[in-house]
Amino acid sequence: MQYKSQAVAMPYFIAAIGLFVGQIIFGLIMGLQYVVGDFLFPEIPFNVARMVHTNLLIVWLLFGFMGAAYYMVPEEAETELYSPKLALVLFWVFLVAGAATILGYLLVPYATLAEMTGNDILATMGREFLEQPLLTKIGIVVVALAFLFNITMTTLKGRKTAISMVLLLGLWGLAIFFLFSFYNPTNLVRDKFYWWWVVHLWVEGVWELILGALLAFVLIKVTGVDREVIEKWLYVIITLALVTGIIGTGHHYYWIGTPEYWQWWGSIFSALEPLPFFAMTVFAFNMVNRRRREHPNKAAVLWALGTGVMAFLGAGVWGFLHTLAPVNYYTHGSQITAAHGHMAFYGAYVMVVLTIISYAMPIMRGRAANSNKAQVLEMWSFWLMTIAMVFITLFLTAAGILQVWLQRVSDTPMSFMMTQDQVSLFYWMREWAGVMFFVGLLVYVASFFVKGETQPAKA
Amino acid sequence: MEQHTLSASPVAAPEQTSAGPRLAGDLAIWFFILAELLAFGVFFAAYAFTRANNIELFDAEQAALNRNAGALNTILLLTASYFVVRAVQAAEHRLSQSCARWLLAAIACGGGFLMVKMFEYAAAFEHNISLSSSPFHMFYLSLTFFHFMHVILGMVILVAMWNGARAGRYGPGDMNGLETGAAYWHMVDLVWLILFPLVYVIH
Repeated sequence: MQYKSQAVAMPYFIAAIGLFVGQIIFGLIMGLQYVVGDFLFPEIPFNVARMVHTNLLIVWLLFGFMGAAYYMVPEEAETELYSPKLALVLFWVFLVAGAATILGYLLVPYATLAEMTGNDILATMGREFLEQPLLTKIGIVVVALAFLFNITMTTLKGRKTAISMVLLLGLWGLAIFFLFSFYNPTNLVRDKFYWWWVVHLWVEGVWELILGALLAFVLIKVTGVDREVIEKWLYVIITLALVTGIIGTGHHYYWIGTPEYWQWWGSIFSALEPLPFFAMTVFAFNMVNRRRREHPNKAAVLWALGTGVMAFLGAGVWGFLHTLAPVNYYTHGSQITAAHGHMAFYGAYVMVVLTIISYAMPIMRGRAANSNKAQVLEMWSFWLMTIAMVFITLFLTAAGILQVWLQRVSDTPMSFMMTQDQVSLFYWMREWAGVMFFVGLLVYVASFFVKGETQPAKA
Repeated sequence: MEQHTLSASPVAAPEQTSAGPRLAGDLAIWFFILAELLAFGVFFAAYAFTRANNIELFDAEQAALNRNAGALNTILLLTASYFVVRAVQAAEHRLSQSCARWLLAAIACGGGFLMVKMFEYAAAFEHNISLSSSPFHMFYLSLTFFHFMHVILGMVILVAMWNGARAGRYGPGDMNGLETGAAYWHMVDLVWLILFPLVYVIH
């Protein structure tokens, strides 16, 4: 570790992994509820399990992004973090607030939680992914601003690199677009319109900048390829991401009451959204092929390559499958969306956070890379989780095609619930693939506890 | 020395020789240009398919467009491209100030294009033409406005190059920045050369 203050990333990474485990447990619970409807009812109803599953995902990815920033920014800026103490305080604030929110979901009826937390003062709750109580949302903004202050000050006093600039742009964008979660117009069309400014402009906009910066950082470290080369790729990727992704928001505006031209704009621009992901895949493989050093951390290299491939498949290919308006007319809100959501989040954001953790964690623990034994186990977890996710995606896609056919295309369309019965076989297979994913995750956690011979990290 | 760092092998690239083709500008800009052309290409294809189903409507509304303004803009962009070519040639002969003047002339032509276009838009809005008034209008406004934004970006790049030229940054050994920006500007021009006949003329 080059700078002492980089160590504040460690608790962030540990919390991220812990919450990741929680997310998958709730994923398994609701996956089972798809086929055994009253499983754990009334203690954990489906809507609560779903809320916990998606909210935990977002929160642990945010922990991962913040940890990544605290690790990367001092090294890029070549100076200690502006305030390591602030970073640690924020960690506890964010963890306690996050845990309290999840407990709130689980222990109190949602309507009561809304009453308790001031939703009558400013109504922001009740919308998918933005279910957090007002207090939590304010907490997120406060933590995000203090975090941004910390890393921006660090960058300002040190070296400014393209990677840290792209990372900062992404993180500032993340905070700014979250502000739209406070805007909740009564007109449902307008509500949805701006809701996507958080949801879409996060995952298909500013988060892609964060993803690009994290990947570029790790690739510089593990391949030794010139920074100049890697930065040029990064510029191309983020430009493609923004050019396609921003107007690509239109693919959510097809059927919500917005003007018809969105069907054209959304289709054309989002049809090109696979481009930045394709560029990322070529980037990762190209850099690793032209590496100038053999980094001892093989697991980190594997995660980096995996991010390129799985992000392209999940976000790029599975996104394209249903992004054109004439296709989306039939597929919107079906299991095809769920298939895309799972592989895109895993391939792009889960894997890139695991990439930076895989690279940085051994260094923070005083070695260049984990022992061979630990790395082998970590690579096992890579393949278990990744293959399981491929299966989850394929089964959900099959369920989605069948669902669209029975419910929307057929001459004698079935009701929603009757269709759900017909596709239950695929839900069962998805659940078993989920169990395989969970096993992979446990192997991943175990890999941190495997000892063995290691090389010390360079100072 | 070649500056295609995006694909440069770890071994130093060989000195540029006159034999064999050479890619002008940075490889990265060519990826970007191809992506841009793909975006416009998809848009043009969508236009063609929609027109095929609404030929009469498209022809009638197309006839109402100001073709003279479009033709004037075509001349402005072609002239700007010519000036950019002269700027690159001047830099190759170490004539920095001449290069800067040619670039300034190109920027002026780009500005002229924007002015003409804004008059055209003002007239269109007066006639209540909007993105929702008809499929033809949707394509007319979307395509020309998307291109309009590219002209603005192209001009920002030209201004950066103009600054570089005045500072004497370009010369026979250092043409990468200038050629990269010039390639982008020619792309903006090329797209208009397809857009203008397609939307304003062919029926």
